[in-house]
Parts: sequence; C-alpha cells; structure tokens
Amino acid sequence: MKNSGIGNDPFNVIITGVGGQGNVLASRMLGNILSDQGYFVTIGETFGVSQRGGSVMSHLRISGSSAWSPQIPRGQADIVVALEPIEAIRVMAYYGNERATVLSNTRPIYPVGVIAGEMEYPDPGSIREALGRLTGRVVLIDATDEAMKLGNPILGNVIMLGAVAATGLLPFDRDDFKTVIARSMPADRLEINLAAYDRGREMLLETT
Amino acid sequence: MSYLFDTKSGTRYLMMGNDAIVRGALEAGVGVASAYPGTPSSEIIEQLSRASRERNIYVEWSVNEKVAVEVAFAASIAGLRSICAMKQNGVNVASDFLLHVALSGTRGGMVLVHCDDPGALSSINEGESRHFARMLELPLLEPGDFQEAKDMTAWAFGLSEELRSLVMMRSVTRLSHASGNVTIGDLPPTDKKAVFRYDGPLGDPDTGPVVTMPVPKNHVLLQNKLKKARELFEKSPFNTYTGPEKPELLIITSSACNLYSLEAVRLLNAGGRVGVLKLGTTWPLPPELIKKSLSRADKILFVEEVLPFTEENVKILAAEMAAEVGIIKFYGKNDGTIPMTGEMNPDIVVDACAKILGITYSPMPADYEAAAQEMLKTLSPVRDLTFCPGCPHRASFWNIHNALAIDNRHGFTCGDIGCYTLGFLPCGFNTMKTSHSMGSGIGIASGFGKLKQFGMDQPIVTVCGDSTFFHAAIPALVNAVHNKSDVIFILLDNSGTAMTGFQPHPGTPLDATGHELPDIDPAAVCRSLGATVEYADPFDIDGTQIALLRLMEEGGARVLIMKQMCALSPAKKGKKKFEVRVDENVCIGENCGCNRFCTRIFRCPGLVWDQECGVAVVDEVICAGCGVCASICPSGAIRKTEARA
Repeated sequence: MKNSGIGNDPFNVIITGVGGQGNVLASRMLGNILSDQGYFVTIGETFGVSQRGGSVMSHLRISGSSAWSPQIPRGQADIVVALEPIEAIRVMAYYGNERATVLSNTRPIYPVGVIAGEMEYPDPGSIREALGRLTGRVVLIDATDEAMKLGNPILGNVIMLGAVAATGLLPFDRDDFKTVIARSMPADRLEINLAAYDRGREMLLETT
Repeated sequence: MSYLFDTKSGTRYLMMGNDAIVRGALEAGVGVASAYPGTPSSEIIEQLSRASRERNIYVEWSVNEKVAVEVAFAASIAGLRSICAMKQNGVNVASDFLLHVALSGTRGGMVLVHCDDPGALSSINEGESRHFARMLELPLLEPGDFQEAKDMTAWAFGLSEELRSLVMMRSVTRLSHASGNVTIGDLPPTDKKAVFRYDGPLGDPDTGPVVTMPVPKNHVLLQNKLKKARELFEKSPFNTYTGPEKPELLIITSSACNLYSLEAVRLLNAGGRVGVLKLGTTWPLPPELIKKSLSRADKILFVEEVLPFTEENVKILAAEMAAEVGIIKFYGKNDGTIPMTGEMNPDIVVDACAKILGITYSPMPADYEAAAQEMLKTLSPVRDLTFCPGCPHRASFWNIHNALAIDNRHGFTCGDIGCYTLGFLPCGFNTMKTSHSMGSGIGIASGFGKLKQFGMDQPIVTVCGDSTFFHAAIPALVNAVHNKSDVIFILLDNSGTAMTGFQPHPGTPLDATGHELPDIDPAAVCRSLGATVEYADPFDIDGTQIALLRLMEEGGARVLIMKQMCALSPAKKGKKKFEVRVDENVCIGENCGCNRFCTRIFRCPGLVWDQECGVAVVDEVICAGCGVCASICPSGAIRKTEARA
C-alpha cells in the first residue's frame, strides 16, 4: 500500500459547487486517479434532490492504510476545489483551516433568493478577501469562462482538476488523468478533456 | 474493464456502495433482480441491468415495491437467487407482502436491500426501516464499509438458503452513494434453471405449496429460523472488534457509523482507551457475542442511525444478562449523548467520546471559527431548493397557481413525492399545500372532494407524476371516481421517473435493459374508469390556464395531463428549443409595475437580475431555452427565437 506522496494521511479534498456543474464526475475522476496508484480512496457525495439548485459537495479521503469516513471531520480540509465562489466560503466555514489550499472558480451561480432580490450576492473582492483571511493559499481561476472558450461550460470541472494537479499537492500527472479519462469516457471526448486539463494547469501556474 | 464483467478475482476497484452490492449479487449468481427506483437505491438495478445479458439475469423495474418483492419471490420459490432493492419508503409499501413471505419462507436465496436516507438528503422523511426486521421476524444485516457491502451481499444469499428465509440488508446514503475500494471475487457459471415444485405435502419447504397456513405451526418455524440465525451470527466474521481487551469506553455501532466511530477514535488519538464493536448482523443479535462485549467495559456508547434500534435491543439483552455483565453506564440516543434525529457524522461521535472520556477537543481555534461563521452569515447566501432551469414543473405550478388565483374560491393543490414536491416552496409559487407518501395527493383530494356537505366549497386540485401514477395513484383515482368526488387530477407527465434518473415505468415503451415493451397509456386508464381526460402543454401558459379554468367550472373527477419532457431528460438535455434574451431597451426594470415578475416571482435560475443596469438578463450558461419566461413579461422584453439545430 502507498504511504508516501500525500502530506497528511488521510489527505482530505472537498470538491464543491452547485448541482449540474460536474462536481460528482470530477470527484470520481480524481478518486480513480489516486485509487489506480494504490491509495485507499473514500468518496462521500451528496446528490439527489440537491441537484435542484442546492449546494453539492464531494468529500475525498486519500489514505495509505484504510477507508475513512465518507464525511470529512470539521476543520480538516487539505484542498477545497470550488466550482462556484460562495461555495468555497460555505465549505471553509465548516471544514477550513489555515493550511488549506483553496482553488475557486470565479463565475457565480446566483441562489434563487438572490435572483428574487431577498438576499445579496457578495462582490468578487469581498469573496477573495474573506477566503484570504481563512487561509493564505487561495487561487481564483476563471474556469467557466475558459471552458466556454473550449466550447462547453461543463469543462470547468476538468480545468479545476488540471489546476489541482499543478499545485503538486497530490501525486498525479497528465498521463494518470489521461488513463482515467480514456477508461471512463467516449474516445471522442478525450482530446477536449485533455485540453481543459492543460488549460487549468497553465492557469494555476500563471497565477502563482 | 467494468467491475460488472471482470472475472479476475482479486482485482481492486473504486466502487460506490451500490456497485459493491451489485458485484456481491453477481458473485452469488443472482438470477432475478427487481425494484422500484428510489434514492439512494436506484443504481443497484441500473447496474444489474447492464450485466443482464452477459450474466443471464432477468432485471425489472416493477410498478411499485410490493410488486417488485412479489416478482423476486417468484424467482426464489422457483429455485433461483433473487434480489430486490428499494429506499426506506419502499419497505412500507412492500411490508404487507413481506409479512407473508416471512411466514411462508423462501427457497432460492432472496435478499431485500433497503437503503435508508438518514438526514433525508434525498427524501421527504427520515424513515428507519430496520424496525421492520423485528416486526416481520426476518434476519437483518448491515455492511460496515464498502468491501463488506460486496462480501456481505454475496454471503446473504447463502444465509437465506440456509435459513429458508428472506434476508434483509440495510444500507444508508453514506454507503450506497459513497465510494471506496473493493477487491472482487469470482463469478459463478451463468446457467440457471427455474422450476416451481408444488406437488409435495403441505409444509414441505422444497416441494409443497407455498402458503402461510397453518399459521400456528409456521410461526413456530419462523421463530426457530431466527434462533438458528442467532447461532450463525455468533460466529459471523461481519461482527468485528477493534481496540484494547478492556477499553474504558466501548462503542457499539453499525453501517456508515462504523466509519464515523473509527474516525473519532483516530482524531482523539484514543485507540488505547476506546474499543469499537461493529455489528454486521443487527437482528437478531447474537447473545453470547453481546455478553462478551458488554463484559469488556463499564461504559458503552451506541452510534447508529436513525433511531436507537441496536441501543434498545442491546439493553434488553443487558437486562437479561445483568447478573453476568454487571452494571453498565449506557450512552446514546436515549440519554441525549447523541441526537435522536438526523444524520450522524464524525464530529458528533468525537464530541460524544470527548465528553465521556473528559478529553478537550477543538476542531478549530475559536477566533478562526468566529471569523468563518461571520463570513458564512454575510457572504454565502443560502441556496434554497428550486426547480431546474427549463423544468416543466415550474410552468405547471405557475399555471395551477394562477388559475386557482383567478378562480378566487381559495382552491388548493394536494401532492406527493417527486421533484414536484418542491411545489410547496416559492419555486412552485407555494401552490402545493399537502405532501405525503406516493399517490396520497389524489387520495387526500378524494377525501376533500366529499366535504361539500360540511360547507367546503374550495376547488380541489391534485398532482402526481407519471411514474407515481402507476405506482400508487390508480386505486385512489378509482376511489375518487367511484365515490363521485369533485377533484381535478393533474398528471405531471415528464416522460420518465425523472427524480431518480429516468428509469422507465409502465407508461414508457422500454424495459430496464432497453428492450421494447408495450406502454400503458395513463389517459386510457383514466377514461376507462369514467374520468374525463384532457391534455395541455404546460409551456403553453395561456392554453393551459384556460383549460384549467374551464375544468374548475365542471364537477366530478376530471383529469388534465400536463405533458412536457423533463429538462434533464437524456432525450432533451443540452438541446435548447429557444434562444432567450432580454431586450434591455424594452425592459423597464423596477419601473415596470409588475413587481419584477420575471425574477422576484418567477424565479428561474436562468433569468437573473442585473443590479447595475436595473434590468433582467438571461444567464446563457444556465438557461435551458424553454422559453416560458417570454410569456410572462408584461412589457414583452423577454424575446425567444427558435434555436438553430
């Protein structure tokens, strides 16, 4: 069994977003990449009614020794990947700590209460500042905008995975990603997913 | 290679709990699998349907859970192994038949997988289905991790054959919908032969007629089966103990709570002080194992979901064994150490253990927590549940709400379980006023419709989905027609069992494996009962509301089928019918006088308010192109044009 290559054991990743953003798929891709390398991976997901406009969270536990709880304990996130910016705050409020790395997409998806004028959506500056107060490691990425340039906003999830790879916090590279994509998706989707992964990787390296 | 077909025993996969259950059933050589879909159980039958041809399995989406168990039972008494899967509500529906199956016994191994949803993450109740095992007098298993979900399922079929009893296996959302590593075993040969033998003497378990009578004799036999189960469970490898020989505190747990308990011990670094007894066989409890465990520690904490099932069952044994095990201090749900309701998580277990052991544990520095909570309050507006962009239910409730308002006699809508349950929320314009079990909207409406003699003159509308119609609404509709109840029954037909992932139902022309089947027309069913039937497209706002207002003038049982495919349907997904945009020169914003109908009231996630410019804007990433919002803008500022193919 693997017991090196990860900072903490278990190493905890949270992928968060709003139903329909490809969050569950991203967590399974990352889980399979690390499971292929011999790690024990446990993934906890919330889906079902949460697709209907609600927040969706996936918890990944990566360990050299065993399966762990599919729910990460409070204050124990190592990486938070947010496909939607205010979801990063929501997750950090419960699972955050000063060592956590936050990678957040910048494009908002407004809650219906905001659309209806009952609540306010914070401006991008306040979100960045708030996250910066919770951890020193915050990277904001225009993942949806870049995904649209690649032809489909759903690719934002893969762009974020490329960014995770570029942090170097988890032991995987492009080939590992390619193996999992080739196994789980139709062949004609391979190129576009690799392009999204590469774009995410570049964007992280550009910003840091 | 998919885990469904991999014959290489020893290969390791990352699997959802439901996949692990599927692999276990395949390794046991299951012959028939049946279910009615329900989160978090639906993937079990979906995955088995993919393996049906190669592994020689008959897989069926049955009309409801009771029939699903009947279908699987037929296979069992014809000598095949069979599995049935359902969510917690399903056990309620199937329970009448299950009570009889317990008494008549089974032949081929038969396993009922029931997936509970602690915390009601995808349910409208938090029902605890383990109690059925006690009531029905059936053995109950609970896998404690992903590998066990596979191994225990495979083992359960043999157990069922040894006991000649249906075996219940309970999962929860955090196992069924969570994933972990599973090492697979061998797949057996696929040849299977079904014969129902019935000409032996009454009471012969292999060759006699399969009936519950004589009850006095069969009930004794049933209790003897439980006695045998107790003996087998004493030696079961699925009951495990981790920790010191004599811990200060013993945790007794099962299912996903096992993982929370192990996590809590790790976080508190209390492996030397706390032991964990994980029970895989939770009914009937093996008394010798419990006695040995109760003798380990003076303090015992129960960690389970949802109700204190094992807690109470262990306490009964502890009372019987008091002379041998001594005085024990019990902690759990009954004394308030653990919350009585809701989902468990590692934090709840950490807090309980820390309190009992006198350990100080703080998951976050106080100032960090205070800052984080302040940000949560001010910077992360909650996401209320809502219908998806382009959802036909939003349009349907808009029409029903407006027609009832125009009618102005305080009419209301009764509903039940489905995505359309959200009709009681602002996203459905608070239109739905009652919501209970499947099919109960029409049943309740049938009752309301008979209250005229007590002066009730409000129009009664009831809604249900197309899959629910077949599942449980037909008897209630028969009741309404037969008793001349004045109701408008609206069938929200979105062409599939949408909420659980578009499983087919008797109104769709395909079976679980994609083969053609005759589809049953709900309109023909309703007409044959004597109800009047009309159709409307809910996206046609004017046409639908006019039809509704006309129906409200009439009496008796009236059926209106609102037909429009689910926005997420595989047949529709990704294809916009209309390009929708707001003409910012026509939109007069807050000055419109319509109270921002489009965003404040209609609330589609795809139509947002641009605060800077003071006009509505379509979010092109989110909009599904249904075009309904174009019909509601009084200024005509929302424009739709046919999308290019």
